[in-house]
Amino acid sequence: MSAVPMRTLQAEDRATVLQVDDLHTVIRTPRGPVRAVDGVSLTLRRGETLGLVGESGSGKSVLGRSIMGLYRSGSTMSVTGRVLFEGRDVQAMQAAELRALWGSGIGMVFQDPLTALNPVKRIGRHLTETLRRHQTISVRQARVRAIELLGLVGIPDPRRRVEQYPHELSGGMRQRVVIAMALANDPALVIADEPTTALDVTVQRQILDLLDDLRTELGLAILLISHNLGVVAGRAERVAVMYGGRIVETAAAGDVFAAPAHPYTGALLAAIPRLADPAHRRLRAIDGTPPDLVSPPVGCRFAPRCPAAQDDCRTAQPVLTDLATEARAGGSGDGVLNAHRAACLHPNLGAEPRPSDQGVR
Amino acid sequence: MTDLVTPTRPGADVAVPAPAASVRRPAGTLLAGTLLLVGLALLAAAVVALRGHGWLQAGVALAGLILAHSGASRWGRRRFGPGFDLTLWLCGAWLVLLVVAAVAAPMLGLPEHEDLTGALGEPILARPDLVTNHPLGTNNFGLDLLARVLYGARASLVTALTAVLIGMVVGGALGILAGYFRGVVDVVIGILTNALLAVPPLILLIALATVLEPTLRNISLGLATLATPSMIRMARATTIAVSQREFVTAARSMGASGPHVMLRELLPNVVLPLASYGMVMVSVLIVAEASLSFLGLGIQAPAPSWGNMIAEGEGTVFRDHPHIVLVPGTVLFLTVFSFNCLGERARRRFDPRRSQLEEA
Ligand SMILES: Nc1ncnc2c1ncn2[C@@H]1O[C@H](COP(=O)(O)OP(=O)(O)OP(=O)(O)O)[C@@H](O)[C@H]1O
Ligand code: SF4
Ligand SMILES: [Mg+2]
Repeated sequence: MSAVPMRTLQAEDRATVLQVDDLHTVIRTPRGPVRAVDGVSLTLRRGETLGLVGESGSGKSVLGRSIMGLYRSGSTMSVTGRVLFEGRDVQAMQAAELRALWGSGIGMVFQDPLTALNPVKRIGRHLTETLRRHQTISVRQARVRAIELLGLVGIPDPRRRVEQYPHELSGGMRQRVVIAMALANDPALVIADEPTTALDVTVQRQILDLLDDLRTELGLAILLISHNLGVVAGRAERVAVMYGGRIVETAAAGDVFAAPAHPYTGALLAAIPRLADPAHRRLRAIDGTPPDLVSPPVGCRFAPRCPAAQDDCRTAQPVLTDLATEARAGGSGDGVLNAHRAACLHPNLGAEPRPSDQGVR
Repeated sequence: MTDLVTPTRPGADVAVPAPAASVRRPAGTLLAGTLLLVGLALLAAAVVALRGHGWLQAGVALAGLILAHSGASRWGRRRFGPGFDLTLWLCGAWLVLLVVAAVAAPMLGLPEHEDLTGALGEPILARPDLVTNHPLGTNNFGLDLLARVLYGARASLVTALTAVLIGMVVGGALGILAGYFRGVVDVVIGILTNALLAVPPLILLIALATVLEPTLRNISLGLATLATPSMIRMARATTIAVSQREFVTAARSMGASGPHVMLRELLPNVVLPLASYGMVMVSVLIVAEASLSFLGLGIQAPAPSWGNMIAEGEGTVFRDHPHIVLVPGTVLFLTVFSFNCLGERARRRFDPRRSQLEEA
């Protein structure tokens, strides 16, 4: 399940599926504009999983939905910057183009499989409707394909399941259905927004393994969003850590786990739940609350909570910069994408390597 | 649930409650049976033996009914578990009976209900007496009250149900549009709704009745204007609640268009609460129609409607011949009560704020 086999491919051989440049999403609220995504850039290639990690409220979902074009400039929000999906600017698309893109180009897996399925619709209908929307196939063909898809995501006895209603399925089964829906029309990119947060630990692992298998099998690019670094451990090739609407550290997964440079990443690592912990435990190692995105602190947004904060942190806004490779032992940066970068004035360069086997495996 | 918990919980003695229950059971069943039998006996006695005793007969029959109801309801709870609700079943039975009888009225061979010349030989103002040709009595033209109640039911039910259906379709559509699009659409529909709600319903009806011919169609349309605004509100609120659920975003994220989301995702979730609200609404509209007819603005006598039948009790008639008012009044009450009862029960089941349908 590790990303190692993919490493053998040259980074340049893999087509870029998603390119996000300096994306800003500002939501207008009665309290003032919420800068939920504030200058995010990222790249995702075919067959690759990027883990996007950050606390609740850091803007992960808004980023995911802005990438999809579900959030776009309008009366309630403004989205600026570029989102290129297979070379086409998602934010510039017409409504009809977007609808054609959704479901066929980009699939989305939602956090709560309980609410992501319509309680009064049969499982089969959920799948056949999206199939027939994007492909010209008969009802019968759509049904056959729906059964195939349910089989693909590991649902036993799919013939019977298509006739059932969502409440007749367990949480894990429902999430498999949601994944099948996202995959129905062979998307190139799947955005999985906390796909396992609502599930219990053993089911979490099965769902994550399923996504990983599907990635290898279908050559998907996956944006795996989670508030738990442990969830992305071993499933993501690269990790981006988000805080207060910005990416504060990004690197190959191994580097993030072995040598977290940003103090926030260090705190997240310390907060990975062990298997022995009770489920649904909250992040406990970080004191304080995330910044208010209506009026974020000047300077580094993590400063009020940062154990390493110094005076300059409260005045200068740190930007994502490459960490000098020679200063780091064991850095495995291959190519520009995997470069280890952090937005911190006083990065932790001599971090104790931490065994990375603490995640949910 | 319990069979999962019981064996694992240490010290739980499953044998204890069982004998207690089995001791109570025969006594309880006996009591229920006795109540039921005594009640039915009183009822029969009232019908047969107390003929011509007026209020006494009615009183004894009522007491018999109450006893029989309590006996049957006890028995039902023992037989079918504590969830058994006899009143609900009786309400359903009453409505089914009423609808079937109203539909089949021409085939029942009832005495004359409308044509004054056809009732010339009949006794006038006959008291209700279940074992005569006029079980519910006659009015001051000798028209049979049972027949009039059933033909009146046709007018009442047709107008009220049509109005509710129109209200559900129009109100549901507008409400879903308002709740889905919000913004300008919502504001415009909101103004329309509030304007209609701002006029007191009876005044609105009377105003409509003075300009429109009192035909079944026009009365239905008038009643529909009463039903529509609250249906809009209900549909809008449900739509807003349902739209926030993730499956709507999920459908959109799979390329569903606006019409698809409204028809396939929202509508099925809005219909159930709307229909259960419609049941309650039917009872309100039956009363509204009766009020209109009572005021002489609805169905015109001698064609029967519950409202104009009650109006026949004007002046001294009610004092001297209470059954003229009590017969249609009771039928009206029972019908309104039944619709209300069923509607409330359905509403609690499908309330949008707690409609966790997926939580089986
Ligand atoms: N529709 C909205 N209207 C107003 N504010 C919003 C809206 N959606 C998100 N926000 C705000 O944007 C910020 C980022 O929210 P987002 O949902 O992206 O967080 P998240 O990282 O996904 O957190 P979680 O782990 O809880 O899902 C939050 O401060 C949130 O309050
Ligand atoms: S810039 Fe300063 S406050 Fe911000 S994370 Fe780095 S050390 Fe902490
Ligand atoms: Mg989120």
